[in-house]
Amino acid sequence: MTPLTVTLPMLDVDWETLVSVNLPTLLFVIVGVPLALVGYIVGLDVLVRRLPKRSQPSVRPWVWVAPAIFFVGLILVYPMVGTVVRSFFDRRGDAFVGLGNFVRLLTDHGVLIVLRNNLLWLLLYPGLVLLFGLLLAVLSDRVKFEKPVKSLIFMPMAISFVAMAIIWQFVYYYKDPSEPQTGILNAVVVNIFHGLPITWIQDTRFNNFALIFIGVWGATGFAMVILSAALKGIPAELLEAARVDGANERTIFRRIILPLMMPTIVVVGTTMVIFALKAFDVVYVMTAGNYNTDILARRMYAELYSAGNYANASALAVILLLAVVPVLIFNLRQFRAVEARR
Amino acid sequence: MSVATAAPPATPPARSKAARTRWSQRLSANVSSAGLNVAVLALTLAWIVPTLGLLINSFRPGGAFNTSGWWTALAPPFNFTLDSYRAVLGASDLAPSFFNSFMITIPATIIPTAVAAFAAYAFSWMRFWGRDWIFLALVGLLAVPLQVTFIPLLTLAVHMGLTSGNNFFGLNAGFLAVWIAHTGYGLPFAIYLLANFFRVLPQDLFESAEIDGAGPVTVFFRLVLPLSVPAIASLVIFQFLWVWNDLLVALIYVGGTPEVAPLTVTLTNLVGGLGQHIEYLTAAAFVSMVVPLIVFFALQRYFVRGILAGSVKG
Repeated sequence: MTPLTVTLPMLDVDWETLVSVNLPTLLFVIVGVPLALVGYIVGLDVLVRRLPKRSQPSVRPWVWVAPAIFFVGLILVYPMVGTVVRSFFDRRGDAFVGLGNFVRLLTDHGVLIVLRNNLLWLLLYPGLVLLFGLLLAVLSDRVKFEKPVKSLIFMPMAISFVAMAIIWQFVYYYKDPSEPQTGILNAVVVNIFHGLPITWIQDTRFNNFALIFIGVWGATGFAMVILSAALKGIPAELLEAARVDGANERTIFRRIILPLMMPTIVVVGTTMVIFALKAFDVVYVMTAGNYNTDILARRMYAELYSAGNYANASALAVILLLAVVPVLIFNLRQFRAVEARR
Repeated sequence: MSVATAAPPATPPARSKAARTRWSQRLSANVSSAGLNVAVLALTLAWIVPTLGLLINSFRPGGAFNTSGWWTALAPPFNFTLDSYRAVLGASDLAPSFFNSFMITIPATIIPTAVAAFAAYAFSWMRFWGRDWIFLALVGLLAVPLQVTFIPLLTLAVHMGLTSGNNFFGLNAGFLAVWIAHTGYGLPFAIYLLANFFRVLPQDLFESAEIDGAGPVTVFFRLVLPLSVPAIASLVIFQFLWVWNDLLVALIYVGGTPEVAPLTVTLTNLVGGLGQHIEYLTAAAFVSMVVPLIVFFALQRYFVRGILAGSVKG
């Protein structure tokens, strides 16, 4: 075996400065930031107490929310407005081009493939996550070893998409038909179905589905946990009464369990729709957008970094934002409905 | 259910109808519960096989993954080694990245949690002009894709010198940029989660504290915080895992230089950069998974509670 140093750039990191400079800073931040915030609150409260009694209640809340509003304003609101404005200007950012960027992008063949792929993600990812999540929640509810099962299926939630992508790179591994297949999926294809091995990542007939399934594998545990909690929230007497009345399990599921779980299913579904629109890591790691697998978020990153085209990048970000808006409005409606019931 | 109807032809005719039904019901229950168990086990197995395969491959000698499937390693002679782990930890940028991941994740967890706790308290127990609208805006921001923030923020970071490589009182400024970015990105969810929890605390508590002359600062530190440890724990786990596992924000604000790159970024670079040695990816992936898996299995209960509080109520 060739030594690894040949294949990998030997680390040129100076450990000593890394630790001697960064570690003290880390400790300083861990202790300093909470202390500074406590000092801020306590200090300003002393000042607020000096105000006339009547105006205290209207001033004090702002002291408490100000740091949050500052960070949200700086990191989310200001740049959001900036990007929307930027998307109407040319590449250098000094000539107003109206909808020019959008027109150019939406007539670009590559971008159209991106949009098609995002649509695939949008349809398949939430659908499959809900299907598997619901199936696992309902089935595992009836077995004795529910806890370990849920724990294992939930596990991918804890790891990064990068790690997930690597895990699946070995599942989808392709070897020439003359050699034994070492990826489990192609081993099944060859040895059980007696077919030819498939290049799951490159073959444009399968690769988008292969990538989407990695995401599904990762998020099913999330859906299962939430749906399972909702399932356990259904009163047992209700199901018992239905059984006494002679309803079979399928009817009970369709007529009682499913309708009662519907609000939760909707919540999980909308979360998954947002995830699907924002998907980035899996495609970035697995194919870097090649082989017709590119999606909006990755294309936007490429426009930003590889091409340095801020006009295209802003316009793509705005398209992403527009795609989220219906979900956003729906979320807000749900939220207000829940608030109204409180 | 249909399996059971065909089952009892051998029943002795002498038995009463009631006994027969009970017997067939029990059989049907057993058959369907066996089927159920098998189905659940099969699904679980299918779910863990990908990870299991990677784990086994990571302990196989170099190149073995390429000549035979990992499942063949499960039969004797057992031939496992730590070579891949030694290789990636010794000679790649993985070890410093491990450190960098902590360097990024710990402050990016502490700062938003602290900021969110103060804000959530105000949103749930104080009255002020526009409170409900601001909170509604925060809920809306939960869905906004981070991509819409990158260009203006990057421009700002470059303008202020907050990019990796620059010094900020000895600290690599890239860290500072990514802490601030993660604070902003994490806040809407953090405030939402904590406010949901704070506002269901019993009102009498606050009233009696007020009668005793305790101001909002005392109430917050003496009552609200101690009572909210579970909610804060789930938020901390959530934010920790999200920052630790994040690739996109790290790529944007700290980039890929070994001095600042966290595990996710280095791992991504390895995917393309290993050439024929991609077996080392197996070990590298597990190195990146160690910390989240420990956090996850040790604190799963809080994590689940956080997920439920964050989504079911909304």
